[in-house]
Amino acid sequence: MSGLTFRKRAEPDQRIDLSALIPSRLAGLTTTQIASLPIGTTRWLVTVGDLFDVSGDDPAQLRFEGGSHRFDRIGEGLDGGEIHVEGDAGWRAGRVMSGGRLTVTGSAGGFAGSAMSGGELRIEGDAGDFLGGPLAGEMAGMSGGTIRVGGGAGERAADRMRRGTIVVAGALGADAASRMIAGTLIAGGRAAGVPGRMMKRGTLILPGGVERLSPTFLDNGPADLLILKLMARDIAAGPAGPVPFDGAPMRRFGGDTAVLGMGEIFLPL
Amino acid sequence: MPDVTQDAPSTAMTRNGVVIDDTFAEAFPMSGTAIQVTADSEKWAMEAARSFTGFATSVIACGCEAGIDRVVPANETRDGRPGVRILLFSMDKDGLAKQLGTRLGQCILTSPSSACYADFDSETQIDLGSAIRYFADGWQISKKFAGRHFWRMPVMEGEFLCEATTGMTGDGVGGGNLLFMARTGAQALSAAEAALEAMREVPGAIMPFPGGIVRSGSKVGGKYKGMMASTNDAYCPTLKGVTQSALTPEIGSVLEIVIDGLSKEAVADAMRAGLKAAVDLGPDKGAVRIGAGNYGGNLGPHHFHLKELAP
Repeated sequence: MSGLTFRKRAEPDQRIDLSALIPSRLAGLTTTQIASLPIGTTRWLVTVGDLFDVSGDDPAQLRFEGGSHRFDRIGEGLDGGEIHVEGDAGWRAGRVMSGGRLTVTGSAGGFAGSAMSGGELRIEGDAGDFLGGPLAGEMAGMSGGTIRVGGGAGERAADRMRRGTIVVAGALGADAASRMIAGTLIAGGRAAGVPGRMMKRGTLILPGGVERLSPTFLDNGPADLLILKLMARDIAAGPAGPVPFDGAPMRRFGGDTAVLGMGEIFLPL
Repeated sequence: MPDVTQDAPSTAMTRNGVVIDDTFAEAFPMSGTAIQVTADSEKWAMEAARSFTGFATSVIACGCEAGIDRVVPANETRDGRPGVRILLFSMDKDGLAKQLGTRLGQCILTSPSSACYADFDSETQIDLGSAIRYFADGWQISKKFAGRHFWRMPVMEGEFLCEATTGMTGDGVGGGNLLFMARTGAQALSAAEAALEAMREVPGAIMPFPGGIVRSGSKVGGKYKGMMASTNDAYCPTLKGVTQSALTPEIGSVLEIVIDGLSKEAVADAMRAGLKAAVDLGPDKGAVRIGAGNYGGNLGPHHFHLKELAP
């Protein structure tokens, strides 16, 4: 058996909803049935077969040869198996995924990994706004799993994050980890805006520094903590890949004391 | 503890001049777990481990049996610092959890630079750091990453890091034993020490008595009301002739090694290693006879026959 492959024929002329193309929903379908699935988002019908050449027969492994910033909801609800996107992804890539692995070799739009609870999301380019965050009205963002971003992330990454690990190799847009409930956000580049605003618990490790800190974060001084060494080693060995810190002492700021104040931001000494 | 009252069996075998009784050690199921304690130096990891395993020789009065399984080099520990693997046994899961939490809180949490991690994989988990996290009085921090859950507790020194739970097994075995019978006390101790050195190389097994050796083996009950155990008079050399002794005339001293293991195989391997070491030492420097304690085979489900373990 070979993995199901979706080879893009041309750039779509409307936004495309690819949430139907996950292993658990394609299991048991024939190639013909898959090709007839509707994936358009306007009143003009677009099916899988209109946009892709479909080949292969193993729905546990999906491969999109050719991505697009208009390919929304790739891997949404993924609960097992593997999806590989050669190129960009649109909005909501990997949203509410609970298992499996989603790889995007290009960049992804907003709400990637939104409210995911498990699995591995890997974006080799940049991520849009609200990485791992909740949609409007949802109580919590990411609650488990791992996100790795090879480039930078947009505004308010890890908004209302509850659990899990996000590693961003590049810079963070404004106000990352806003309203964070718990979990871990690590970024190698500079964090713009005011990171950690209204965070209750959780850990931000920002060796690239911050634009500014809220005055409601309090300086705890230099911290030589075992947990930093352990996180540097264990996270780097896992699906999140290399991390931009090595466990050496960092300066710890506790906050946000405007709310519970049990969170922490680690900055270079 | 052993309650052997029979004389040395006539079917005993002899190896290198050492008589090995045709008998068996009778052992019991125990709940067991393993943890790893690390520190800035091996000295302080060992201090924490020694404190944790103190007063844990016998469930009869200590509530648990514990010991150091091995020193773990820094490149094998969870945090890259020197460490020690500790095994802990009790009669049931609740007793094990209670002893683990109490000893963790009093002996490892308190020890400078220490950290503590799970060191036994199992679907059945018992609280480790979760049992003592409230010591942090609301300042405890939960961290979950890479599939593991830790508690961070602020302490005066800095921060105590402890894994939330550790695995446990209900298939542990307690009460494996060997009896080293020698002409003198010095020879009995030499035999026991040689055996102990070999047994310590076996993973997953501990010898919980002081230094791994017990001189006051016991039998079940006693003449006085309320005594759960009393001296094993059949093996006391000073009582030869006045009690139903298991000792032949040339025996002047007996020492015992008790073994607990995370599995039946670990206990058997330790007994096998100990037997061989004591036999190799020979009767002139060590034991003239090696036996084992049992209760007639009716109480404990695990029987370790010496003839099957002998070199």
